[in-house]
Amino acid sequence: MNTLLAFWSLHTPALAVALPLLGAMLVMLVPAERFPQLRGIVFFLAAALGAFAAINVAGQALADGACTYVFGAGPRIGGGPEATCTTFSGVPIRIYFHIDAAGALMLLVAAITSTAAALYALRSEEGSSGLTAFQPLYLLLVAGVYGMVATGDAFNFFVFLEITSLAGAALAACRIDRGLAAEAGLKYAAISSLGGLSYLVGVGLLLARHDLLNIAALSQAIQGGGPSATDYAALGLMALPLAMKAGTVPMHQWTPDTYSRAPHPVSAFLLISSQASLFGLFRVAFTLFGAPVVSTTSLGAFLAVLAALSMFVGVTMAIPQHDVKRLISHHAVSQTGYMLLGASVALAVLGDAEKTAAFGRDALAGSLFHMMNYAIYNGLLFLAAGAVVWRTGKRNLDDMGGLGRAMPVTMLCFGIGALAIAGIPPMSGFASKWVLYESVFRYSPLLAIVAMVVSLLTLASFVKVFQAMFLGPARKHLSEVKEVPLAMAFPMLLLALATIAIGLFPDVVMQRLLLPAADALLK
Amino acid sequence: MNAILTHLPFVIAVTVAIAGLAVVLWRRNLIHVLMGMSLVESAVNLFLVALGYRHDAVAPIYTGLRDGGEHVYMVLPTVQALTLTAIVIGLATTAMMLSLVIVIHRHYGTTDVRDVRRLRE
Repeated sequence: MNTLLAFWSLHTPALAVALPLLGAMLVMLVPAERFPQLRGIVFFLAAALGAFAAINVAGQALADGACTYVFGAGPRIGGGPEATCTTFSGVPIRIYFHIDAAGALMLLVAAITSTAAALYALRSEEGSSGLTAFQPLYLLLVAGVYGMVATGDAFNFFVFLEITSLAGAALAACRIDRGLAAEAGLKYAAISSLGGLSYLVGVGLLLARHDLLNIAALSQAIQGGGPSATDYAALGLMALPLAMKAGTVPMHQWTPDTYSRAPHPVSAFLLISSQASLFGLFRVAFTLFGAPVVSTTSLGAFLAVLAALSMFVGVTMAIPQHDVKRLISHHAVSQTGYMLLGASVALAVLGDAEKTAAFGRDALAGSLFHMMNYAIYNGLLFLAAGAVVWRTGKRNLDDMGGLGRAMPVTMLCFGIGALAIAGIPPMSGFASKWVLYESVFRYSPLLAIVAMVVSLLTLASFVKVFQAMFLGPARKHLSEVKEVPLAMAFPMLLLALATIAIGLFPDVVMQRLLLPAADALLK
Repeated sequence: MNAILTHLPFVIAVTVAIAGLAVVLWRRNLIHVLMGMSLVESAVNLFLVALGYRHDAVAPIYTGLRDGGEHVYMVLPTVQALTLTAIVIGLATTAMMLSLVIVIHRHYGTTDVRDVRRLRE
């Protein structure tokens, strides 16, 4: 027992990725038709244990400032990135995981949402075709996301990026759905694959220039010597595909297709995979390049414009939609705009220490805050909308109505998610949007006003959806509809509770999690 | 001569990448589009391998060095390891995309990109 505990505490960072990976292999060995229950147990255990390890690592990282795990022989924990300098010439060659406060935040969010969605999937995907593929792919996606946020190696990031892309595309396609889901999956796969190649060329350029792949050592090399033209080319080649994979305008067209056709719990977790890409963008922009030498003002301003466009285009595309999941997917583009907005404001004032202290740091923290909230409340919205689709078999809002009487718990959860996405107090969305408004206003009042207007439009859109789904007279063809089983209601209630709790105690979250995370990125 | 030898792989890589992108953008058959993506992928792999190449260097195998004491150059092995990984990933991606094209063809009866846009409707 003691050896097991020692093993666990020594290898937790690796186990967070290894357990879901191992689970993906194990779950395939259990025949789906003969032992569906056992398969479900293996699936959920792998997801839950992976999440437990991730939370454990995040806790360590938050307590100690950062947590480093070196793969291969030698000391694993502690010593920082320098411990990876193992060749005689002092070049850090070994792959390592480096989880700072920002990575810890992402691990926490991914762990919570992945467990909730896995629990929901146990029931919602029960007995559906394609389950053989669904469970291992979901675990692969989880492993990929943990890896993306934990890794400290630029090439290793590419590997995890491709794992999430492959698993995400296959998951989006695994229902086939008369070919529609396959079309969505192919689109996602093609875009991710080209994006991944672009990122790889960027890594190749950095490797050629600095002979390094280690992110910490690379950032020292880039910021120490002053970035060359090669470095700037690499920045573009790495940042653009990550922005695309996060779903920002003008490269957002894949998001509604992919999110809306994926199985419901996958839609909820695909959000996190997009967030991991956005986090990768922050890593490249802040950690790898960063303040002292790179003129980030123009890049920040450019990204801020993209962010404002994403917010606006996303919400205007969402309003006329009738397919409920497609509508929420368009809102996802709009919400991604908020996250990018705060970060790009922080990037734009990065060279100016005074402005960074005055509002840049808050903008970045607000951005991370919104990422965290969005992962939870938009996941909740997908799960609740999925519950309605699961019970009624309808996706079109015109075919729904009066479901509030039959599905009160789902209505409550959807309502909480809708209030949060529209930024109504006391939900979490209000707290993060407020931080963003305040800080962005000091950079550019216009951008803050755009953000507020978009928030109003979001509210209008969700009032319409809520009314169409749950209120109004009962429809005849929906008279048989019942509330979802507890196994699906529980994860939704869990996320709803988190949404309210974060909204009620934003200061605690800000001080404990977000400001350390922002500082870790700005350092 | 050496300068040409050093730069030629990069010129070829860029040419192949542009050809691949052109196929991706302008071909209408999904199979052709995937072939274009494979071209881009090969170009990236060529670029990576070429980064570590020196015309006067030997393969990076220590036991294979004939004159152990003398100073010799080795080509950079890191990029070769990266390329191997990228090839495996590329293979998996291509296989999955081809299988999706098969599924699409079975349901839509076509692989023309102009007809494969039912999600928009």
